[in-house]
Amino acid sequence: MRHVIIGAGPAGVVAAEQLRKFDPQGTVTLIGDEPEPPYSRMAIPYLLMDRIGEPGTYLRKDPGHYDELRIDVIRGRVTTVDAKARSVALAGGGKQSYDKLLIASGATPIAPPIPGVDLEGVCACWTLADVRKIIERAHKGSSVVLIGAGFIGCIILEALAARGVKLTVVELEDRMVPRMLNATAGGMVRRWCESRGVSVRVSSQVRAIEGAKGAAPLRVLLEGGDAIPADLVIQATGVRSNTGFLDGSGIATERGILVNEFLAASVPDVYAAGDVAQGRDFSTGAYVVQAIQPTAVEHGRIAAMHMTRGHRHAQRGTLNMNVLDTLGLVSSSFAQWMGVKGGDSAELNDPDRFRYINLQFQDDVLVGATALGLTDHVGVLRGLIQGKTALGPWKKKLQADPTRLVEAYLSTTMPVGHNAYVI
Amino acid sequence: MLRALKLEPEKCTGCMQCEMACSYENEGVFNPALSRIKVFEFHEQGSFAPYTCTQCEEAWCMHACPVEAIVFNPATGSKDVLDDLCVGCKVCTIACPFGTVNYRADTGKVMKCDLCGGDPWCAKACPTGAITYVDIADTGLARMRAWAQRGEATSARFNAPVAKDAQNFDRAKA
Amino acid sequence: MAWTKKVLRVNLTRGTVSVEPLNMEWAQQYLGQRGLASKYLVEEIDPKCDALGPDNKLMLVTGPLTGTMASTGGRYSVVCKSPLTGTIACSNSGGYIGAELKNAGWDMLIFEGKSPKPVYLYIRNEHVELLDAAEVWGKSIWEADKILRKKHQDPNVRISGVGRSAETGCLYAGVINDLHRAAGRSGVGTVMASKNLKAVVCRGTKGVGNVKDPLRFMQATEAGKKVLRDNAVTGQGLPAYGTQVLMNVINEAGAMPTYNMRETQFPGAHKISGEAMHQPRESDGKPNLTTNAACFACTIACGRISTVDRGHYTIKNKPEYWGSSGGLEYEAAWALGSDTGVDDLDALTYANFICNEDGFDPISFGSTVAAAMELYEQGVLTKEHTGGIEFKFGSAAALTTAAELVARGEGFGRDLALGSKRFCAKYGRPELSMTVKGQEFPAYDPRAIQGMGLAYATSNRGACHLRGYTVASEIMGIPEKTDPLATAGKPELVKAFQDATAAFDSAGICIFTSFAWTLDDVAPQVDAACDGEWTTEKLLHVGERIWNLERQFNLAAGLTGKDDSLPKRLLKDAANVGPAKGHVAELGKMLPQYYQIRGWNDQGVPTADTLKRLGLS
Repeated sequence: MRHVIIGAGPAGVVAAEQLRKFDPQGTVTLIGDEPEPPYSRMAIPYLLMDRIGEPGTYLRKDPGHYDELRIDVIRGRVTTVDAKARSVALAGGGKQSYDKLLIASGATPIAPPIPGVDLEGVCACWTLADVRKIIERAHKGSSVVLIGAGFIGCIILEALAARGVKLTVVELEDRMVPRMLNATAGGMVRRWCESRGVSVRVSSQVRAIEGAKGAAPLRVLLEGGDAIPADLVIQATGVRSNTGFLDGSGIATERGILVNEFLAASVPDVYAAGDVAQGRDFSTGAYVVQAIQPTAVEHGRIAAMHMTRGHRHAQRGTLNMNVLDTLGLVSSSFAQWMGVKGGDSAELNDPDRFRYINLQFQDDVLVGATALGLTDHVGVLRGLIQGKTALGPWKKKLQADPTRLVEAYLSTTMPVGHNAYVI
Repeated sequence: MLRALKLEPEKCTGCMQCEMACSYENEGVFNPALSRIKVFEFHEQGSFAPYTCTQCEEAWCMHACPVEAIVFNPATGSKDVLDDLCVGCKVCTIACPFGTVNYRADTGKVMKCDLCGGDPWCAKACPTGAITYVDIADTGLARMRAWAQRGEATSARFNAPVAKDAQNFDRAKA
Repeated sequence: MAWTKKVLRVNLTRGTVSVEPLNMEWAQQYLGQRGLASKYLVEEIDPKCDALGPDNKLMLVTGPLTGTMASTGGRYSVVCKSPLTGTIACSNSGGYIGAELKNAGWDMLIFEGKSPKPVYLYIRNEHVELLDAAEVWGKSIWEADKILRKKHQDPNVRISGVGRSAETGCLYAGVINDLHRAAGRSGVGTVMASKNLKAVVCRGTKGVGNVKDPLRFMQATEAGKKVLRDNAVTGQGLPAYGTQVLMNVINEAGAMPTYNMRETQFPGAHKISGEAMHQPRESDGKPNLTTNAACFACTIACGRISTVDRGHYTIKNKPEYWGSSGGLEYEAAWALGSDTGVDDLDALTYANFICNEDGFDPISFGSTVAAAMELYEQGVLTKEHTGGIEFKFGSAAALTTAAELVARGEGFGRDLALGSKRFCAKYGRPELSMTVKGQEFPAYDPRAIQGMGLAYATSNRGACHLRGYTVASEIMGIPEKTDPLATAGKPELVKAFQDATAAFDSAGICIFTSFAWTLDDVAPQVDAACDGEWTTEKLLHVGERIWNLERQFNLAAGLTGKDDSLPKRLLKDAANVGPAKGHVAELGKMLPQYYQIRGWNDQGVPTADTLKRLGLS
């Protein structure tokens, strides 16, 4: 069996390893379009902070890893997929035939539609190449404007602050991390950042970026007339699934590649995983692009299983969740953190201490959660949500004091407190 | 033979010797806050629950790690955090549905149970046999038995210290 | 090292906190905990000060072994001048907060002055805040605990605090930690409340990382645990029955104080004993006892966690009491039970819950109720005084209602909150108060255990079993059996127990280890942990120094040898049942000898030579 994987991110690499495990005789080809060995974008902030070097971002540390597993890692950009002929074409002329294809081509930052985004000194923070550009310009005392205070923007806040730059964050929406935190929590993150010297402008739109003479080579112009001088502008206004090369292939796409509950695309023997896949969401059952690391990994594992062992069990869907460290304030959100119709909630808000917990229930089951400043045993939130655990009397206790999470978890899931699987 | 930590809450008295032994072995300090095992107290039920990583087969933490900083230890079956590789992204802390991987702000890394490399100090320190290190098959049996027995107690429970061999608490040798 | 070498000083009057180094010279002389705080107290306050005034100070103190793997290494004490006795007060408690304070980096907290409004102290390692306690003042400790825990969003905080009884001036209010562990005696909670200090909320994440010789310490503590495990009392009796293992034993010895110490055996003892706590109740088929429980680091686990029958009259309409909580220890079972003649186990457990919830000493409370019952029996006290309660011996309803009234500081409860001595004086019958130096007796009638008579009379905090527990020798044969009815050798025995106990306390470990350990077991643990050389002899010497220091405080506070006495009832009225039938407490035969071997003059004042020998001059 010939397995070809497009994309060498976490989904692709995990899938490759699983394919090797389930199909020891087959060939596994992993195609990536970046020059470095497969690496993790999640590690980029720590590279920016000089906490690790580039090799520290690599998904697998052993240089012989892929050879040992007989995974053929090819550098190249796939230009088209010919589903009928079962082959993919590479830029520059190469072709790869497959019996089963996994598309894990990831996503790309969307450049905001404003004049000046193509100027020198304006970049995304997505690839190692981007990071090198940022490191070149983000020195102690330089002015940096970050456009977009979403997850991607926020994870590099600390790294930028650690480099000693003068940082301004501009966010279109009314709060920070609007896709992950509600207004209260987002407001808390903003206050935290501001108290640590970051200038945050929410409900604020960039009109244009222009070259400037003077100390800083760039100027970021906002709607309403303000202008912020900048040595470096980082745009982090969201990402889009990389599906462009599939035009005409017959593989159906919407926001990402449409897949079914087996991660199979609309044409036979083609699967999709990770940021490019519009996969099933655990909470709603809807098919959405989650674009998060745990989902990429889970997709990779599950897709490989379906590719080699047939469509045995429908996937229940992946849980949307995120954890974010903004300058030392750790926030996390899970599943339907915004709540559900007819549900109940519990909230603990301690703005002075930057602590916040918000729990969302449907009947006596936890369906979503947000937490700020909570790092101990935070995974039980996933356990409770994904286990659809009936909380019984513990719902009331959690409503009275949401900090009793682990107690609730242990009481409702652990017959004897050990070795009990909740998933 | 692979062994596993067997945790029996009904035998726990809440003395926290396990937490101190764990933090002492791993950090050189008696400090429950740095323990990989934690005893939870259920005051109104009159019970205590020692709780730590089950080294589950799914290894959510290990798979979720973007930089291969959590690895499988074939000698013990544990999933170990490699401190020099961990970047502190915390993805494993939300990925673990058991909540047994914790982030530490002081080191910027995560910590979890690694079975002390096959000689878990919590089990050595537990006076009542609530934490034992046993053949992996035994833990499943105990769980089933406990399920069968669950329900309200009709007899009082007490846990006295149990006999055991003198334990070696030498960090250098261990 | 084992000490954190840091003291946190809180000036409540000014609302300021400051950090100072621990006086390490004193640490070498007084070890820690009880001894060390007593030294600070002696140096810092006027022994004649008003115990409830701003000049008194309140110290929460840990020992060098607190927060370590030494078995029972979780103790802390609350030290101040007592409002009940006028003596030095040191109340020792287990639970978890002692270790938490240590883990936060503090050997000792010193509170001075008086806050202009109710406050509580929040500690998270070096981060210390004095916060407004308005939302918890006027609430029970159990309610306050919930509120503070939620407020600080941390299920791991440990809380010590006072209840409504302390706030309303009950003279025997304690400081309760972890819901049901108590620094219970001598009114240390009353002092805390008098300073407008509601609670200490603590979270420590630094740990104890500086023991002197870690490997030797691990070996010594492991050896100590083995001794505890192999001993019948600490390895079996205490885990199974708790201190309640004593109820039947002491009753059979004819040393069970009953009906305000009129009698020495209680017919209902078997109904309220440790064994009874294991028996399924007829009503619901469940036993009183849920489980045993340990304090921090304790490998004995004598603690009782119990329930009251949900159908019992006390709680059938109060579901908030349906869960398990700290159950009856022997001292509570005796004072609430046999001394008042109540043999309803559920009623005693409930009354004990109330004592914990609102923080007052069940020994002093039970004794005061017993005195009131005797006054009622004699017609001195009437329903007019009691607010309509039939205050008869044996009345569970009188007991539980009284507990509720004292908890809230209401009605007749305000009289009972005075303690037995002031209560009996108020009603004109001071001789019916079963107290020494104003503190109520614990559970051993000195007519049947002669050594305890001397121990009570000479205890530095009034009648107390935890200053020299000769019961161990006289009843249980630890370390060797002595005749409980004999007086010969008892002065030496009492002195040896008193000095050793001071050393155990000051190390930060529990005195219950002494059922199995001698100082020979303790010394290697202390020596491996602490700077300096710590031998058995040195520990004994430190213990004796502490004893004499406390004595000096009391003498300076105005007490004299005349206060080393027992109530007339025990000295004159012979026991009329049991093995001690015909015996009185022979204090007069032992006290002079005791003074002599202590190196005190015949007025009970340490001689210049003694003070010099102990480095106290």
